[in-house]
Amino acid sequence: MPAALLVIGEVADGHLTKLSAEIATLAARLASEIGGEALGLVLDAAPDVPAAEMAAHLPRVVSVASGPAADEVWAPHAAAEARRLVGEGATHVLVGVTNDGRDVAGLLCGVLGWGILANAGGAAWEGGRLVTDALVLAGKAITRSTVDAPNAIVTVGPGAAEATALAVPGTVETRTPAGETPVPAAVVLERVAEEGSAVSLEEARVVVVGGRGVGGPEGFGLVDELAALLGGVTGASRAAVDAGWIPYARQVGQTGKVVRPLLYLGMGVSGAMQHRAGMQGSQHIIAVNRDPDAPIAEISDLFVIGDLFEVGPALAAELRARRAG
Amino acid sequence: MRILVMTKPVPDPAANAERMGPDFRLDRGASPTVVNGNDEYGLEAALQLVEALGGEVAILTMAPAIGVETMRKALAMGALRGVLVADDALAGADIPTTIRVLAAAAQTQEWDLLLGGLDTSDGAGGAVTAGVAARLGLPLLSAAAHIAPDEAGRKVRVRRLSAKGYDLLEAPMPAVISCTQALGTPRYPSLKGIMAARSRQITTLSLADLGEGLVPAGGQWPSRVVGVQPPPSRATGRAVTGDAAAQAREIADYLTAQRII
Repeated sequence: MPAALLVIGEVADGHLTKLSAEIATLAARLASEIGGEALGLVLDAAPDVPAAEMAAHLPRVVSVASGPAADEVWAPHAAAEARRLVGEGATHVLVGVTNDGRDVAGLLCGVLGWGILANAGGAAWEGGRLVTDALVLAGKAITRSTVDAPNAIVTVGPGAAEATALAVPGTVETRTPAGETPVPAAVVLERVAEEGSAVSLEEARVVVVGGRGVGGPEGFGLVDELAALLGGVTGASRAAVDAGWIPYARQVGQTGKVVRPLLYLGMGVSGAMQHRAGMQGSQHIIAVNRDPDAPIAEISDLFVIGDLFEVGPALAAELRARRAG
Repeated sequence: MRILVMTKPVPDPAANAERMGPDFRLDRGASPTVVNGNDEYGLEAALQLVEALGGEVAILTMAPAIGVETMRKALAMGALRGVLVADDALAGADIPTTIRVLAAAAQTQEWDLLLGGLDTSDGAGGAVTAGVAARLGLPLLSAAAHIAPDEAGRKVRVRRLSAKGYDLLEAPMPAVISCTQALGTPRYPSLKGIMAARSRQITTLSLADLGEGLVPAGGQWPSRVVGVQPPPSRATGRAVTGDAAAQAREIADYLTAQRII
């Protein structure tokens, strides 16, 4: 039986996430290479818009309105939907490397016993088996992995494919919820947004990161200003988070968010391995640091040797002047 | 409050000495070993809960027999006892097997909360704690930044990290929680703790103690690594020196040339 790749879509602010669109594109390509099937799942309180967005990348999308389950954590319900689609023939399940995505992958692994190809940065068929690349050991190596079985769960990181629309959009099929979840779903009592988090770090086109060099919470004023001027989002290194200058939700790195923006601008970030694991996939990297030996220099397109409190304001002024001009 | 914390020995990320063996598995002898970071945050949270509410913290590890050395570090922080699942048949175990074995081992213990890391610094699959919850059919409270059981010991509330901040979750106990750095800095073991850890009990279980069907027949893991390569090196960039205004112009020129602004 040919493979059928199921992509579990994630929704943020009413839209399919960029990562889910990338994974959908990846799955559609993989399916077409072997004459298999690719389908998507959207489970959300308001699934119509994101399901239509997903159908731009996949021939078939199953859309489920979560109903009362919207007040419970998402992953057990998404796992229940995935299990139903596995029962109907899905052979591979692909989800994003996000907290929700990894919860679904783990729950499905627990109930299905399928192998996991984790943190895929790319995927291809080799001898009829899916082989994925993943950065491991905080970015020190890339492993190529496979599962010697007809089934697998794949967690996919950002940038595995560039989201591309199909010539003809796929169909959307509306369904009622599958019902029984693999674990009782925890209730969400409250959703709390922290300041400065309107756009998620993972989705941002530009990420400006403050490190130990910003010196304190007030130093992030400059980082925020540059982020605003560049249409980007503020992030932080672990050192700045550990110092209590900025919430953990802003942390970029192996134990924080993995970002892959068009532009990464580091202000006073040394670039420890732990941090690089979360940002080295950025398309353009610019770093401002006083220390000419800072390790981030090795991966920077521009490595600006100077005091961020001089270069930063000068850059803000330059960006304002060019915008006005 | 009885809390069981799953703790995995991992190569110390700070030592920067990890190495792959010829079979593409991690060479466990190449690097000093520590308790996985996210597991340690969970252990710290567990110790604080028990200090406030009473009860005990125990640890559960699946590792080769040498794993007891790393377990002593967790016991030195204040955990009272340990359970080690060690079996030659588990060398190189894949994620579904790890989930089955840890879930079976957790069932041999009594606990109100089972904690594990959101992911590990070596494998970083981030699926094991959720998978164990699924095997046990218990609520999963993931990506925890704060853990608060109610005083009656019936329910637990967890702040779960979200893209924008956090969600406040509630579930009945027993429950499974995946832990993050946001729980707070782990304590350093005191000298007294280190001394006490030497005499604390570590019970070793083998697969035979856990029942049938946990390991695939034939001892072959379907998941395997078929190759390892260094990450692609980025094209060497250039250093920008000079006064701040000139540096700012050069950055802006680059952003313009690359059509970023």
